[in-house]
Formats: sequence, structure tokens, C-alpha cells
Amino acid sequence: MKLNVNGKQVDFDGDEDTPLLWVLRDHLNITTPKFGCGAGLCGACTVHLQGQAIRSCSTPASAAIGKKITTLEGLPANIAKPIQEAWIAEEVPQCGYCQCGQMMSAAALLSSNKNPSDDQITNAMDGNICRCGTYSRIRKAIKRAAKSVA
Amino acid sequence: MDRRSFIKSSSLVGSTLVIGFSTVNQEVSANPSELSNPWLTIHADNTVNVLSARSEMGQDVYTTMVMLIAEELDYPIQKIKVDIAPTDPKFYINELLGGQITGGSTSVREAWKKLRVVGASAKELLVAAAAQKWNVDPKDCSASNGVVTCKGKSATYGELAGLASTIKPSGNPKLKDPSQYKYIGKPVARLDTPAKVRGTAKYGIDVRQPNMLVASLAQCPVIGGKVKSFDDSKARAVKGVDSIVQIPDGIAVLAKDFYTAKKARDLIQIQWDIPNNPAMVNMSSIEESHRKASTAKGAVVGKQGNFEDPIQGTAKQLTAEYKMPYAAHATLEPVNCAASVANGECHVWGPIQFQQGATGAAVAASGLPESQVHIHTTFLGGGYGRKLELDFISQAVAISKASGKPVHLIWTREDDMTHDFYRPFSLHQLSGGLDSSGKLVGLSSKMTSQSVTARAFPPFVVNGNDPFMNEGSANLTYDIKNWRAENVIHDPGTRVGYWRAVSNNLNTFAIESFIDELAKEAGKDPVKFRLEMLDKQPRAQKVLKAATEKAGWGLKRSNNHFLGVAQTECYGAYIAVVAEVSMNGDIPKVHKLTCAVDPGIAIRPDQVKAQIESGLLLGYSTAMKNKITFNNGAVEQSNFNNYPLLRMSETPQIDITILASGDAPSGMGEVGVPLAAPAIANAIASATGKRIRSLPFLA
Repeated sequence: MKLNVNGKQVDFDGDEDTPLLWVLRDHLNITTPKFGCGAGLCGACTVHLQGQAIRSCSTPASAAIGKKITTLEGLPANIAKPIQEAWIAEEVPQCGYCQCGQMMSAAALLSSNKNPSDDQITNAMDGNICRCGTYSRIRKAIKRAAKSVA
Repeated sequence: MDRRSFIKSSSLVGSTLVIGFSTVNQEVSANPSELSNPWLTIHADNTVNVLSARSEMGQDVYTTMVMLIAEELDYPIQKIKVDIAPTDPKFYINELLGGQITGGSTSVREAWKKLRVVGASAKELLVAAAAQKWNVDPKDCSASNGVVTCKGKSATYGELAGLASTIKPSGNPKLKDPSQYKYIGKPVARLDTPAKVRGTAKYGIDVRQPNMLVASLAQCPVIGGKVKSFDDSKARAVKGVDSIVQIPDGIAVLAKDFYTAKKARDLIQIQWDIPNNPAMVNMSSIEESHRKASTAKGAVVGKQGNFEDPIQGTAKQLTAEYKMPYAAHATLEPVNCAASVANGECHVWGPIQFQQGATGAAVAASGLPESQVHIHTTFLGGGYGRKLELDFISQAVAISKASGKPVHLIWTREDDMTHDFYRPFSLHQLSGGLDSSGKLVGLSSKMTSQSVTARAFPPFVVNGNDPFMNEGSANLTYDIKNWRAENVIHDPGTRVGYWRAVSNNLNTFAIESFIDELAKEAGKDPVKFRLEMLDKQPRAQKVLKAATEKAGWGLKRSNNHFLGVAQTECYGAYIAVVAEVSMNGDIPKVHKLTCAVDPGIAIRPDQVKAQIESGLLLGYSTAMKNKITFNNGAVEQSNFNNYPLLRMSETPQIDITILASGDAPSGMGEVGVPLAAPAIANAIASATGKRIRSLPFLA
């Protein structure tokens, strides 16, 4: 099958039920989507499908045919830069394992809502687990990033 | 037991060798234009590399340990390139634990003097080199920010490095006075943040090697079970399966991707040979057997006055029993390890907390000599003690050896949840005696629990005393006239491991809850009641007063919120926490955790804050919701649906006050964890009058 990943056409000849996560990680060597639970419960594998945050561990590759798949590596600079700069300024990560997924959820939120309220942030981020408990810094970083997302 | 024999005889370690190490002796430099020792290399172009010899799992050793070197070397810290150290216990032993190992909140405590001496020694040599070069007295030279200057002359460290490498270090360099610190105690940006934010930080799961296959391993649902027979015909028929191999722990499928390996693995039919008598391993029998074991006399690990019968003759007496559930580490990065056994060499790449043990495990599984085994540590996506274990390392090496291929073993979340080394179940029997004025004059606390150390480091258990079971009891801060702390080791047939803050979590929940029960019995305010017993503990008093003041202890509240307090000493830090809780029927809601901590010297204050916050939230979320249960020997929880982790919407407000003192730095990675549970229990009791003596709160 043909998939559109970060703006490039790629071929995938494996089982069409293969979750997108493993297509990205094991076939395309894109490692920012992380494996956490395999069941859509933790958000470490979050990527964008047509700009929406999805859990790539429980989305079959076939569901992504003809759609735009975006990982942190391919996030447009106008959204990636303010988010990553805010994440650095607030010094969010501890172990850091969940943070690519966190930033992808934040990017989907800020793409559709330039000035999210606390409740909107919580709703958008509640599917992303951080075992280190960096939630207060994630919230601060989203608010900081919101100020500079054009 | 000296540490060397401890390491050599430990079952967790395998066969490895520790030899002595002096941090100030220089390695012979391979390149005479560089000044090099095992921790630090100064290149001729004035760039500096520092090795981080402790595993980075979020606790920030990657920055804090480098700060110790940068401070005394006096070199711009943000310009230092940090690499993860190789395995070499000769240089990188953690003296507090006796091996190349990261745990027990020991990294910075152990490195505090050692790494400052490394930095200062290098600076001493650079100054000596400058003095020699310019023919001046070293006393007239000064070194700062990577440059040595003297009477109008200057040279970068890099320019002096070659000459410096020919000079013998004194071994006793002068360390800075704290008033001269540029980094220690100051805001310093975390060195691994950019890589973690850009997604370039490599965790174990991100290891890529040429031709490496992914392996998924079917293990017996009852930990320790072995394969009796199996039929893999259906699995072999799955397109994309490369090979299927049997190893001691189960059957592994190798494929190009994880999905294929896992799918095929699930099609293997396996008959298991199950050890012991798993029908006996269920929660009611586990609890019953602990209670039965608790009638024995245990090891006395703390005592004062009439410790044989501390409550004898007291005016008022109280007894209570507490228990704590099993808990899983549930690191967000599941257990995984990459290995390659080929051409007489064994390479292991992974999220490893115990490099020296990993070497032993790889030697045993590969059959190769230690000199041919190479351990490569990546970033860890959480550790909490799980990645001290060696099961996954042995497995990966065994799979590579059996298949003849480089493999990356990746456990599913379900594998990880059901094959952990769990924080043990514990039973706590407490009794206290008050005098006629309501002062606590007698206390005995007895913990009955499984010993992690008896499995992992058996020689460290001496006369029934596992030192890691004493945490939170033997180091009681309260001065009580007659006191005994006692442990009974009981093995109910489960597999247990060290879990962030270890027995502090267990003992502190029981003791700090019971102290509140006694305060109530005495008719005293819980803070005053505690302060009466802390005369000799100024640091404990200070944090208790600070946290309660900040939380508004004793002020009238109009919002149906109630406060509970707890305090302890943990890995050298003093900490107090106040929980603010409201009740919706029987369901507690935690609104805020207010904490004051004295970490000694706060090396990087923002790290202290981040670690305390992380610890408080782990303690809180585990206490609210988490328990591991066994049924017929198998763990019943499988993923985050039935072992739920904290989410943003459940996160209470956190308020942390750091009261740094001039004392030596304490360990920060774990100290935040133990107190949330007792503080919340005490707040619930204050709200409802009901005492909760077992966890989780939302059972």
C-alpha cells in the first residue's frame, strides 16, 4: 500500500492490519512515536492523521491510506517551533519518553484552538499519560506556546 | 559484608569483578594533546566531554553529576558534551551500592565529593601546565570559564591540555568554597532537554542496528514457569516470521516488525511447567500467610529504652494493623533490550539501571568471557527500579544466541504488567502508649513482608535483617522514650523488586498514619503532637512547620476541605507534606499537596522541585488507585485500563518549598514518593473520622 508520511509517499508491503505505529517505527525508522500500551490508553504513540491526534498503536495502516500522516519529525515549523521552544523553556521532560506524544496532542489542540482554556487543555491532553507527572509543566508550556503560534 | 564480596556473590549480578578505583588518577591519554581521565576529556580545541556513569531515567543525573565536574573545573557547563559511560566498574562503581548501578537515590550523594575532585584535579593540572609554560608560580594563575590567566597571559584549557596530561595530579586538589559556586545551587538548564524535546534522545526502544530483528517472547502466565511442550506450526505460517526459538523463559518469535512477531507469538500453543503451587498464590492466602508469619520474632532494626515492651505501663494504649498492596513499576517505556551475539562478541543495548549486573547476565546467557561483553546504556523511559533487574537482558542475549541474529526484544504492556518484580505486599502491626499528659512514650512497629534483597542480593540479608526493609522505620525521626522497629521476612511465593522509595512507602504509610491515630487518642493537634517528639531534629521541625504554615494548617476553612499531614526523613532529605482533601460520600478528592523539603545543598533547585513533584504524584496516584493482585499465581492486571496511571485531569495542585541547607546533598529521585499516602489518609480521617488502614483509597 502507499502511505503519505510527513509529506512523502512511502510504500508498505506488510500486513494491512499492522498498526501505523509499527509501520512508522519498524519499517520507516521514524522513532518519535513511542510504544507504551498498544491499546490506545497512554498516548505515547500519538501522531496526526489529517491533522487530528490519533493513537497510532491502535490505528491499522489501512485506515491511513489516502490520508496525511504526520509525526513530530514532519510537523510544520509554524507549530513545531513554538511548542518545542515552550517545552524547552518550561523544562518539561523528565524521563521524556511520553513527550513526543504529548507535543503531538498539544500541536493538534493549538492548530485548532489558538487560545485554549484550562479545561480545553485538560480535555485535549487527558489521553496522554506522563508517568513522571510533568502535567503542570505541560500545561504551562501549552499556554506559553499558544502565545506564539501564528 | 564488604562490598566486593557482596557484588561477586550476588545472584542479581552474576560473575563480575570490582576493583578499587581512585578518581584522581589519570588514565594514560591516548592522545597527548588531550587531558583525559575516565570521567572527563579536555580536547586541544577546548571542547570538553564528560561521561555520565549513572542511568538517566528522568531524575536528572545527566545534568546534576556533570555540574559537579563543571563547577570545580570551572568550564561553561552548556558547552560540555555529555555521553553515557561504558560499563567499567573499575572506574564507575557506585560506592554506596557497591556496583555500577543507579538506584537508592545514591548517585549524587555518592558523586558529591568524588566528581568535584575530578573537576578540581583537572583544573589543578591545567594551572600547573600554565605555570610551567609561562614559568610563573601556579598561585599567580587563575582558571575560570575554560581559560587560565596569569599576569596578562591567557590560554584555553584546550591549549594547556596536552602539557597538563604529562603532570601528575596531587590527588588532593583544593575545592571551591560554596560562596564561589557558579552552578551548584543556581539555575542551570537541564542538559538533556533539547534532545528529549526534538525527539532525538535514544531510548532502549529506539536502538537500531544493522539487520536487527524484533523479538516477541511468550512467557508463562505464572512467573517462573517453563515450557513443557509447544506447537508453533501456526506461528511459522505467519508471513514475515523469520524464526522461532526456545529460551529458558519461553518461546520467542523473530520478525522484521513487532506486530508480526507478536501476532505469530500469540498463535503458539504452549504447555507450561508451572513451579511451586500457584493455587496457593492468591491474595487471601498471601495475606493469611503474612499474618501467620508476623507472630514470629523478627529482626529488631531500631530501638530505644525499654524496647522489649515499649508500651508497658503506659497510661493509654492503642494498636492497629496496616497493609500495603503489591504495586507495579509500569515504566512508560516497556521492558525491552537489544542484543547481538556474533563472532565471539556480545553487545547489549538497552534501558539499563545496573550495568555491572547486565554484564554478568550477558556473560551467563552468551557463554562468552566478560572481556567480550559490551553493555551500551541508552536513556531510560522511566526506571523506578524495574530496570535494575536483569531478566530482559538475559532473555535478549539468549534469543540472539539461539537465533544467531541481532534481536530487539520488546515486551508488550501486558508482558510488562504481568512479569514485573512487584513492590511487595506488607503487613504492619503497630502499638503505641501515651503517658498521662498525652505524650507518646512507647511505640513498636513491626513490618512483615517479602524481602527483595533476599532474592536480589542475598548476602546483604544478615540475621533476618534486610536493610532495605528498614527504610522509614529504623530512621524514625521521633524521639520516643521506649521504641522498637522490627521486621519479619516472609516469602509467599511472589516475585518482588525495589520500587521507587522502596520500603519508605510501606513503613511511612503505616507509621505516619498511626502517629495521627495516636494524636487523636491524645486529644492533640497532629502537628503539635509530632513537634513534641522532634526536639532533637531541627531539620524535621523546620520542614514540618514550613509545610503546615504554607498549607494554612489550623486556619478555619469554609469549603469542606480537610488537611492531613505527614513527615519523614528519606535518603538524607527531610520532608513534610500536607494534603488538602474533600469527600464526596466515601470518595476522596485531593485538591492540593503542599510540601516542604530540606535536601541539604540543592545542587540544581529546579531538579529538586521537579523530582519532588514527580514523587508526590507517583505516591498520590499509586495510593489512590493501584494494586497488583494474584490469582492462582498469575497477576490479574494487564494494562492501563485495570492499572490506571495518573492523568492530567486527576492531578492536584502542588506547592513545593525548598529549604536548602548547608548539609551534604541528599538523594532527590525518591523522597517525594512516600508521604502523599499517609497525608491523604490523615486528611480523610480528619474529614470523616474514618481511618483507612489499607491502600488503594479507591479500592
